[in-house]
Amino acid sequence: MATSSERTPPPFPESEDMDLDTEMRDEESNENECVVASEDVIGAEANNAPDDIFSELPTDNVINPLTDSIIKLDMDAIDKQGEQPVDIEPKEEPIKAPDSILWTPQSTVSKPEDNVRTPLIVQSESVMHMLSADLINEFSSDSPGKILDECELETDSSTTYDLSRETENPIGEPVSDSQNIPVVDVLLEQGSANSDCPGKILNECELETDNGPTNDLSQETETKPTGEPVSDSQDIPVVDVLLEQGSAESDCPGKILDECELETDNGPTNDLFQETETKPTVEPVFDGQDIPVVDVLREQGSAESDCPGKILDECELETDNGPTNDLFQETETNPTSEPVRDGQDIPVVEVLLEQGSAVGENSAVCVKEPLSDIREEPPCDNFSELLSEPASKQQRDLFGDPSDDLFSELLNGKDELQSSDSTDICREAKNTLITGPLSDDLDNPPSDVLSEDCVMKVTSPNSDSSSDSRTRDEEQDIFAEATVELSLDSPAIERKRAEPSRLLPSASSTSSMSEQRQKILEEQVEEEDKFELNVSVTNPEKVGDGINAYLAYRVSTQTTLPMFKSKTFVVRRRFSDFLGLYEKLSEKLSQNGYIVPPPPEKSILGMTKLKVGKEDPSSAEFVEKRRAALERFLQRVLCHPSLLQDPDVREFLEKEELPRAVNTQAFSGAGFLKIINRATDAVTKMTIKMNESDIWFEEKLQEVEGEDQQLRKLHVLVDSLANHRKDLSAHTAMFAKSIGMLGSSEDNTALSRALCQLAEVEDKIEQLHQEQAGNDFFIFAELLADYIRLLGAVRGCFDQRIKMWQRWQDAQNTLQKKREAEAKLLWANKPEKLQLAKDEITEWEARVTQYERDFERISVTVRKEVIWFEKEKAKDFKKQMLKYLQVLLHSQEQLTKYWESFLPEAKAIA
Amino acid sequence: MTSTTEENDKEKLRSVSVDLNHDSSLLIDIPDALCERDKVKFTVHTKTTLSSFQKPDFSVSRQHEDFIWLHDTLVETEDYAGLIIPPAPPKPDFESPREKMHKLGEGEATMTKEEYTKMKQELEAEYLAVFKKTVQVHEVFLQRLSSHPVFSKDRNFQIFLEYDQDLSVRRKNAKEMFGGFFKNMVKTADEVIISGIKEVDEFFEQEKTFLLDYYSKIKDATAKAEKMTRSHKNVADDYIHVSATLNSMCAEDNTPLKKHLEKFSDLLEKLRKVEGRVASDQELKLTELLRYYLRDIQAAKDLLYRRARALADYENSNKALDKARLKGKDIAQAEEHQQQCLKKFDKLSESCKKELTSFKGRRVVAFRKNLIEMAELEIKHAKNSVSLLQGCIDMLNSN
Repeated sequence: MATSSERTPPPFPESEDMDLDTEMRDEESNENECVVASEDVIGAEANNAPDDIFSELPTDNVINPLTDSIIKLDMDAIDKQGEQPVDIEPKEEPIKAPDSILWTPQSTVSKPEDNVRTPLIVQSESVMHMLSADLINEFSSDSPGKILDECELETDSSTTYDLSRETENPIGEPVSDSQNIPVVDVLLEQGSANSDCPGKILNECELETDNGPTNDLSQETETKPTGEPVSDSQDIPVVDVLLEQGSAESDCPGKILDECELETDNGPTNDLFQETETKPTVEPVFDGQDIPVVDVLREQGSAESDCPGKILDECELETDNGPTNDLFQETETNPTSEPVRDGQDIPVVEVLLEQGSAVGENSAVCVKEPLSDIREEPPCDNFSELLSEPASKQQRDLFGDPSDDLFSELLNGKDELQSSDSTDICREAKNTLITGPLSDDLDNPPSDVLSEDCVMKVTSPNSDSSSDSRTRDEEQDIFAEATVELSLDSPAIERKRAEPSRLLPSASSTSSMSEQRQKILEEQVEEEDKFELNVSVTNPEKVGDGINAYLAYRVSTQTTLPMFKSKTFVVRRRFSDFLGLYEKLSEKLSQNGYIVPPPPEKSILGMTKLKVGKEDPSSAEFVEKRRAALERFLQRVLCHPSLLQDPDVREFLEKEELPRAVNTQAFSGAGFLKIINRATDAVTKMTIKMNESDIWFEEKLQEVEGEDQQLRKLHVLVDSLANHRKDLSAHTAMFAKSIGMLGSSEDNTALSRALCQLAEVEDKIEQLHQEQAGNDFFIFAELLADYIRLLGAVRGCFDQRIKMWQRWQDAQNTLQKKREAEAKLLWANKPEKLQLAKDEITEWEARVTQYERDFERISVTVRKEVIWFEKEKAKDFKKQMLKYLQVLLHSQEQLTKYWESFLPEAKAIA
Repeated sequence: MTSTTEENDKEKLRSVSVDLNHDSSLLIDIPDALCERDKVKFTVHTKTTLSSFQKPDFSVSRQHEDFIWLHDTLVETEDYAGLIIPPAPPKPDFESPREKMHKLGEGEATMTKEEYTKMKQELEAEYLAVFKKTVQVHEVFLQRLSSHPVFSKDRNFQIFLEYDQDLSVRRKNAKEMFGGFFKNMVKTADEVIISGIKEVDEFFEQEKTFLLDYYSKIKDATAKAEKMTRSHKNVADDYIHVSATLNSMCAEDNTPLKKHLEKFSDLLEKLRKVEGRVASDQELKLTELLRYYLRDIQAAKDLLYRRARALADYENSNKALDKARLKGKDIAQAEEHQQQCLKKFDKLSESCKKELTSFKGRRVVAFRKNLIEMAELEIKHAKNSVSLLQGCIDMLNSN
């Protein structure tokens, strides 16, 4: 627990603090980040210590203290602003038919499907947990690598952010809160201006930021690690403080900020209930600004549910567990970013998103990660990827990077506080829009359950209503902001189309175009598959002699990704380095449900042959086969968005000398250990009987297994095709020779000539067959072999999920036992042991929730990965099929040519 | 299994042309054949203007053994020693497709139904091709006889064509088989012995070396061509399996890949047919040609042997005459024998020369025809594949 003075540095009195914060982190960089992450995990568990409200109370109760108070707040807010949404709603309906589509499903979800709602409530509890601890956990466990990447990138980026902030501030000050749009405009324009001439401004900014608010920042950075484990109750005030500050700032930033700092410094120590007291005071300050937040919430929810929407389409309502959780997280984390920073922050967030996509546009290839995918990600991933990817795209892009700062801070420090705050918002949203009972506030997320269509329409009515409202005075600022929020979604896409100037002023046009843009987006998703990262494995070279000989390959990379130091670089790697890379990746990522592409298998026979040093065609073939396989392996790794972010991958590509990979020898102790592990895994796999909660996984697994079999069969067949063609080639060669001999002994000159010509033609055909056999193998058979291995990896991630499930179940059983033990103790009246038992129970409760979250997370990841994998597979297959057909076509064309050249010869026989 | 050749197919299938002198006085074809177990009954149809036949148009049913009998009687006829006796048609060989069919039946469980049907179709087609080829070589044998000025007037040939009853040719018994084998051995040994005799005519000396050389070459080429066509056939068969497996794969696939896989599988199926045609056309146009001339050259070699034998006989008779003169007895007899041998040898040499020259011309023509046809077919098939592939690529690209 941090002291109050440490804890709450204002998020942006001068706005550099965040940047510096990240800068600080950048400097601390790698090791620290990991440490922080692990601390977070511990902290999260500690989080469930007695002072945690959530873990102590049964689920329903958990919400109540919070929500009750919040509801009050909400009602207050509604009293003040209440009519506005009501006004909007009827307006929307006549204006836009889609709107009704939007709302009706929502109501159907909320009304008839109590079964949906109840799990949702339960989830809300878990969401709370998640938001408090899980976000951090996830963050830490999923993406330490990502953070690291970001951090490095941020070093120069943060300054750029500062710039935009600073330039924005002076303008933001005179402008009153009702005029947020202009602010945003300015911001954006400046942003774009900056992007035009980043170099100079960058330098200036660096100077400023270095000098400036380091003090504040250092405080914050210090508090961060400690702040995270702190439970919700203490974080909420921070939010308020932030909110207050933000709002205060929008009026007259300078002075009040200082005051706020003082006030809020005390805040954090208050518990939840105190917080709720402070809330009302905050509320009126905000009045205009919270509702837009609601809009944001909805919109972002829907925006983000674009892709989850797809998933949802597939799975039934009861399977919503995973995705809705995510959506919750998403919806909640997203809006939180706004209230935290108030009027000025919304633009910021928006800028972030926008820039995220703008960056995505500029660097047409989002590492094969289309925007929709980015949205698809669960929150943490979402942010980190959104940030890290765009950021990685453009080193000099000013905007890709601010996003990093913001979000890294978000993720780092304020997850918990945001979560609680966001639930407020959630409820407010509900109250204002539906004015439903408590449980209804969970109806918000169900809008995410709506299919994509609805979601797409969400954007337009929203913007419509907002643009309408702009004509009205009263709601001016609210909806001004609403339009700003709108731009979170659609203009972001428009940005992609490189039309930044139209972005904000034309809110109405954006709304009308939002649907089109969706389509364009989808198209772009298709187009964005080009690689900006090309890696090739070439020049296999034998190094050393005898038994210690090995093959070294030249791994050359060409990239425009800013995460690499230079655009082209070359390293030499040996096979075991590749294996080592895989081991590292799979250790880190496989257990989280990621599909790590497996490398080619070790071939003792092939290698031994090579070591013996016989130069025969089979060993040359072996080398080429392996080279190609390694290249494909590397390319697969790099086209995976999560793997690309991994520092080990980068190190592999960039670092001159790698430490010798250990434990990759087939006959080493580790090798045996691996075999044993695999065996035990197989056994546990057989013994675990999982009653699958999600039919999707069951079906997919079956599909995968069926496909695996088919692929194996096909592989054998294609292999034999290649072999038969090789035979054909050999036989053709022999025939060519024989017919040539026959021609030479033929005594008729013309016939002799023709036969010799035939021999030549057959020789060429032999070459064609041989090439084709090679193509059969390298294009077709190796593709299948790769996918057989990849399907193995896919199955592995399904297994991991089951393992997680099993762990959760085991923990639950243990918890049950502990509870029973406690009951016995209670009955036996042994108070001294009772406390111990209680502690144990809380510990196990924490574990159960933790494991459950792990399981849910891995479920989400697996699902995401499998969908991604299938998409990649389809692409890959199509590509290879086309390639294969092309070479076949080529060989047939050649064949035609050869025979056509022969025909006159045959006719010339007299 | 019963199959019938089809009239129109036959024209195409007649790969080995033999007609040099287009004599329409005696036209023979085999319009029909019946396969009963391992016996094949050929319907031999004759159209003639020759007065030696009772009717101008008639058909008889003959078996492979009858053809062999006819060939043997021709070989044994002393008068034809100076002629290249058309090679006997090879025994119908349905074993390999039968065996394959059997194997296919065993492997039925491992294949999808569709795959099995396709494989079966493929084998049936193969069987039919073998059948047609068999009919063809028999027909060619008869046609060569009919187009030959001497053979067409042969009594046995006419009986073979006209006699409307079963010829009931006795199968060779074991002794005769052995006798034949022994005769062959003697012949080979004899060839070695008489090869030492100095050739008197340079033409024959050249022909002999040429034919021996050519024979070994063409034998080699034939074997290689057979292997080549067989492996081509294997490739075509692989396409079936790959296509079928792809097909069953896309039955389980629901992704957008499904469409692509379907197209790919369809394409492979079509390509398989093309490849199959390429293989069978190569077989028919190239391998069969080589095979036929392998036999024909053997026949020519036999002719040379007979001439060499006659030469040897003449030399011997010369020696005998010298001996007789030395001894002073039976001179007249020896002289007569020597004269006979000389006459025989001269006659043989003369007709031999004629035969070999015509053989040469015939061979060149046949090769020309077949090579042209093969090249044309290859081009046709390759173009076909190209258009198939291009179409498929376009379809995939458009999606």
